[in-house]
Amino acid sequence: MGLLSQQYDDGNIVLTTAEGVLNWARLCSLYQMSFGLACCAIEMMAASASHNDIMRFGVIPRPSPRQSDVMIVAGTVTLKMASRLKRLYEQMAEPRYVVSMGSCSNCGGPYWEHGYHVLKGVDRVVPVDVYIPGCPPRPEALLEGWMRLQEKVRTFTTVRPKATDNAAA
Amino acid sequence: MALSTPSIFEHLTAAFPELTLAHDEAAPCIIVPAAGIKDVCLQLRDHPDTAFDFLMSLSGIDFADGTLGVVYHLASMTHKHKLTLKVVVPKDAPHVVSVEKVWRTADWHEREAFDLYGIVFDGHRDLRRILMPYDWEGHPLLKDYEVPEFYNGMKVPY
Repeated sequence: MGLLSQQYDDGNIVLTTAEGVLNWARLCSLYQMSFGLACCAIEMMAASASHNDIMRFGVIPRPSPRQSDVMIVAGTVTLKMASRLKRLYEQMAEPRYVVSMGSCSNCGGPYWEHGYHVLKGVDRVVPVDVYIPGCPPRPEALLEGWMRLQEKVRTFTTVRPKATDNAAA
Repeated sequence: MALSTPSIFEHLTAAFPELTLAHDEAAPCIIVPAAGIKDVCLQLRDHPDTAFDFLMSLSGIDFADGTLGVVYHLASMTHKHKLTLKVVVPKDAPHVVSVEKVWRTADWHEREAFDLYGIVFDGHRDLRRILMPYDWEGHPLLKDYEVPEFYNGMKVPY
């Protein structure tokens, strides 16, 4: 179901659910916390530049975790950085999302075996919503991941699932 | 005038008769005792014939035979010549005199060699870890280093 289930010709009346409006507003203004750690940050910047223009999705890079909704972990997370990353994640207001961008933050990447200093996957310290593979991923891949995240936000609901829903699933 | 490594070696043996310097012609480099490296470096920097005003790099080595090493790559802007110095120390007592007061560059380079190899630079004003976290245990680039299972509750191996 789209956002607008019905539209009337004769006035400014639309019918939808409160949840639909809230989710729509939220997914169209996901503010991004700049968390560029390595070469993936270059591709993240390229996604913000004019060719890909991630701002058309309502993404505004914010310098502070308190103003942002999504943390794009773009790059190699070292063990030294991991505790800082967790602290920043904890400072973000809920609902908050994490996009793990690139092989390094997904699973350690090329450092998986001999990287004594690298966290083998950012999901070991914070919960991750979307994983984007690539080394580094192209800006298109980041946009694809962003749309996956938007779909996740669109289906968010505060309604407690009924026992019958689980039985049906 | 640009000097070659053998002529610099002759210059140093004349200036420091009490030190046992060695000339490795294959490398080529000059091997200096750990206690005398600062005096040698000061001489090389301040003597007008050598005038090594630039420390290009300072790196650590684990020779995997019970010894550690420090390698100094020097260059002179005035004479356009270069020189490599080496220091070899036992692994159970890896003490080298710091050259941080000779070239300011050596400050962070020595901290890195200390961080990753555990080489102690005597006389360094601020010998802390520079890359690894301060509470890290061990020196990761040693050949017998074992990666810890956990660091601050985070699993380290894949």
